[in-house]
Order: sequence, then structure tokens, then C-alpha cells
Amino acid sequence: MNKTTRRFASVAVGEKLPPLTIPLTAGLIIGGAIVSRDFTPVHHDKKAAQAVGLPDVFMNILTSNGLMGRYVTDWAGPECTLKAIDVKLGAPNLPGFIMTISGEVKSRDEAAGTVDIAVSGDNNVWGTHMSGSVRVALPKEA
Amino acid sequence: MTPEEITAFEAKVQAYVGGEVSAPRTGKDDVNKAMIRHWAEVMGDENPVYTDEAFAATSAKHGIIAPPTMLLTWAMEGYSMAQTPAPDAKLDVQRELHAIFDAHGFTGVLGTNTRTEFYRDLRPGDQITSHQTIDSISERKNTARGVGYFVETVNTFTDQTGAKVGRQVFRVLKFQPNVATAEAKAATSDDAMPAAPARIQAPRGHDNAWWWEAIDAGKLLIQRCKQCGTLRHPPRPMCGVCNSTEWDSIESSLEGEVFSFTELSYPKFPGYPYPLVCGLIQLSEGTRLVANIVGCEADKVYIGMKVKGKVERVDDKTVLPNFYPA
Repeated sequence: MNKTTRRFASVAVGEKLPPLTIPLTAGLIIGGAIVSRDFTPVHHDKKAAQAVGLPDVFMNILTSNGLMGRYVTDWAGPECTLKAIDVKLGAPNLPGFIMTISGEVKSRDEAAGTVDIAVSGDNNVWGTHMSGSVRVALPKEA
Repeated sequence: MTPEEITAFEAKVQAYVGGEVSAPRTGKDDVNKAMIRHWAEVMGDENPVYTDEAFAATSAKHGIIAPPTMLLTWAMEGYSMAQTPAPDAKLDVQRELHAIFDAHGFTGVLGTNTRTEFYRDLRPGDQITSHQTIDSISERKNTARGVGYFVETVNTFTDQTGAKVGRQVFRVLKFQPNVATAEAKAATSDDAMPAAPARIQAPRGHDNAWWWEAIDAGKLLIQRCKQCGTLRHPPRPMCGVCNSTEWDSIESSLEGEVFSFTELSYPKFPGYPYPLVCGLIQLSEGTRLVANIVGCEADKVYIGMKVKGKVERVDDKTVLPNFYPA
């Protein structure tokens, strides 16, 4: 990732973040559930997922949340500070799908030095997996 | 369930709203570098302030911090979630509530929303305690996954000094799995995964199939009246000028300009590439055609832009004329 941090003054409303494409493997879905300590069976046990009507294990919300946060901090740089993240889930993410995350700067708060970014993660089979917004503080000084 | 049973059930679960889920729960592990690294590996998160000691020390963070989105992880119950509790086990309030839902057929659970605020960066050594309350239970809803209720919990997180470090609202759907769907899936094939869709196919009928068949063969044709020579598009049986139903066609040079255009951005349809610019192309022969404008950034397209078309395969099932900047 980029090791320089974006400055608040350099970010304009309407700026689009570069899209990030993530192939969704069983490893990512199950690994994401385990590292977030979410042992709910539907995220690691295919039979449990099928019992609720889905063909395979599906991504847990904490992984989606983590990937959305990562997407914004990758762009903002290591010295940014994540202030808030609001995620709404849509279509499930399953192994074999590909998710593309995109984002756009929606507003800036001059006093707080924060920007709000609208983010969407769309998979190639069922469409929008997650949508939401992320608030991140950026350093003001050059 | 009869209407009376539904009312009784809803009264029973609504009684949990406002209550604490359990006594405040302190994470089994302090914030620590190993769990941070495991998380960063799986998420593909290469932010050096999570894993690179030297970088973090000289950065504005003055040392390793945890990825903020790990907040709830520090207070998760862990592996016991995967196990069926013993019949005599003392359940916390949330599991007790979920058990009531389960007993009434609402066995499915799905996280649908989460909204988190972070008050400070967490560092190795911090000890996180979660204070969880059940904030609301929605009315009965029909969802794509089945009939159910949205249950919203609020977690407030404190550190070893008692100071608040974050807050997370978490909403799950407790639902009756659509059994017909689940059984149909199991009956067809255990492993039948949905395939990535192709674009929506254009309908082909008596009046326009010939035009699409020419596209499949790599040619963009324009219908021509045999009597008066007027060109027309889209294909139709009768000339609008002389009413003749006799027609033939000419092949387009695929040269033209943008008459009008729009960018389709929301919702995104699976099977289509984005950004997706849909244009009305004024062909040099005189007719207009709806087609995608590709090969340049969406915000570089303008009315009057000269374009050159190419009839090409865009997915397994579809051949289309695409227009590129000339």
C-alpha cells in the first residue's frame, strides 16, 4: 500500500477512489470469520449455510466491515484515523465470486479535518454486497 | 403461527428490549500484536502501522495500533459460539432471546447492518470490555431470505481505565429460512454454485432478428426502404415516409458522433462492466443507434464527440456494437 498519508487540503469532494478487486475464496471467507472470532457455523460450515438456504459458506459482516475499512485506509494512508464506519449488507459474498469495491468522497468537514466517503462493494454474480460510508480524519499540516 | 400466537411471541421477545445482554464482558485477550497480524494477513491489509514496528514507531501513531474495525473482535465470545449449549447451561440474554426465536422457527441469523464509531486508536496491551444492550426489535418483515425480525443491539466499549473507546450498533435478521428454497437447492445439487451472469439478452422477434443475426456475424446493418430509399432504425416492418413494406439493408461504416449519452451507475447490474456509458450515436448514414461508449473515461465523453464503432463480443452470449473515441 501507499505509505504516504493524504492531507486534508488535497482531497476534494467528488474524488473517486481507485477500485479494488478481491477474489473471494473459501479461505478469505472462513479465515475472515475466524480472525474476527466469529464462530457462527454458517461462516465456516457449508451444511449449516445450506440449512439457511445458501449454497455455500458466506462472508460474515465483520469481514465486510474490515475490508471496507481497509479500502479507505489503503487510499488515505497509514497516518489517517478511522472515525466511523457504517455498513449495510445486501447480497451475500460466496466463494468463487469476485468483489469490486469502489468509493467516492462525498463531503469534507473543515473544522474536524474529516472526510466522508461513500463505499460500495459489488460482487459479479448477485450485485451489491455492501454499501455504506466511512469517516476518516486526515492530517491538516503538509 | 396463528395471529394470537404471533402476538404472544412478539410480546415475549419485545420484553427483552432495553435490557443488558449480560454483565459487561471483558475480552479474553488484551489487544495484541499476534491477533492484529492474523487479521491483517487475511484482510490483505498492508497498513504498516498495524504490523511494522519500525515504521509505526516513527509515524504519527507512535507505535503499533490495531485495525479499528477489529473493535468487536476484542470482546467476542469465541469458539463456544459454534457449539450447542448444554441443556442446563445458563444462557446470556442474547442467546436466551435467540433461543426463543429458534423455538418459533426463526432459526436463521444474518448480520445486516453495523455502524461503528471509534473514539481512539487501540494499542497492544489495551483491555477492552463490552457493554451490550438490546436496543430494538422490528415488526415482522418479509425479506428475500424469509419472514423475520431485525434485532438491534448496541455495544459500548471501554478500556482498562473505564474510558469509552468506541460504540457499535449491530443489527441482525432472525428469520425463518425459506425451506422450499433450501430443499430445492439440496435436491438439485449440493455444490450448484450460481454462475456469473451474462448481459441481459435483447429479445429477437419477427421484425428484428435479422438485425441481431447480422450483429452476431460482425456487421451493423441499417434497414432501407426499397421504394423510396429512406433509412430507418430500429428495424420495423413499414417505411414511415412512403408506407412501403418492401425493404433491404446497407452496412454501416460505423462512423458517427455522440448525439446524447448517460452514465448508468446505480444500481449496478451483475454482468455489466462499470463505469457504463450508454450513448445515442448519430451514424454518418443518418440514423441513430443506442450503444455503449467505451475506450475512454466516462467523464471524457461529450455531445458531438466523434466515435468509431466496432462490432465485438462482450461476453459468452453477447455480441454488440461498441463505440470508441475516433
